[in-house]
Amino acid sequence: MNKPATITTRSIVVEREMPHPPEKVWRALTQSTLIEEWLMPNDFKPIVGHKFNFRWQPAAGWNGVADCEVLTLEPPRRLAWSQNASGQQAANGLKSVVTWTLTPTKRGVLVRMEHSGFRPEDEAGYKAMSGGWPHVLEGLERVTAGLD
Amino acid sequence: MSTTSDTLFKTLADPTRRAIFERLAREGEQTVWMLTDHAGISQPAVSKHLGVLKLAGLVRERRDGRETHYRAQPKALAPLIDWMSLYAAFWRDRFDRLEDLLKRMDQ
Repeated sequence: MNKPATITTRSIVVEREMPHPPEKVWRALTQSTLIEEWLMPNDFKPIVGHKFNFRWQPAAGWNGVADCEVLTLEPPRRLAWSQNASGQQAANGLKSVVTWTLTPTKRGVLVRMEHSGFRPEDEAGYKAMSGGWPHVLEGLERVTAGLD
Repeated sequence: MSTTSDTLFKTLADPTRRAIFERLAREGEQTVWMLTDHAGISQPAVSKHLGVLKLAGLVRERRDGRETHYRAQPKALAPLIDWMSLYAAFWRDRFDRLEDLLKRMDQ
């Protein structure tokens, strides 16, 4: 696997402790119908090397389909998939990796998601994904609340 | 760029001005009278806010006879938007949905 150069790319990390057994969270992360309930329609299968798609509504700068491949599958601890732009946008579009790490804690499990590989030029794809205006204004509300 | 951001921040830090801008962004072109109906302040005060929004590039005007119509220019916000932090907001939202699903799976 070619690792993207970390100097020019950025990652998003979200971490949250959840009061559930790791095995149950693992199911929600690896069963196609369950993934669809909280993330996106998909044809995921828990097999390393399985190629699948996430499908969403197309928007300007994004055709609505992400080409993905299962990279890592270590139940119930570690899961990773590649998530790339597809079709005509594949060549210059987003090439990213989503990695999930589950660490058992006293109260349940620490769920960590890292989405890595963002380049400055991937902004257009992000804008399509974010759904545009309401989010922009929400973000703005938070930013301006701290001013005055 | 930072000067532009400063101007935008100052312009939108005023809640009344932000409300006028959001209304134009949401509902499209409006006259000063339509805006005054909703703003809860006088027409001259609304006009003054529109002038400040215009200077910041957030609003454009179009004259039609005696009426002036105002329109939001959302692209003017671009320098303010840290798109990575908003992408993170997307994932936090998905974490919320994952937690909701896990609660339902209990039953």
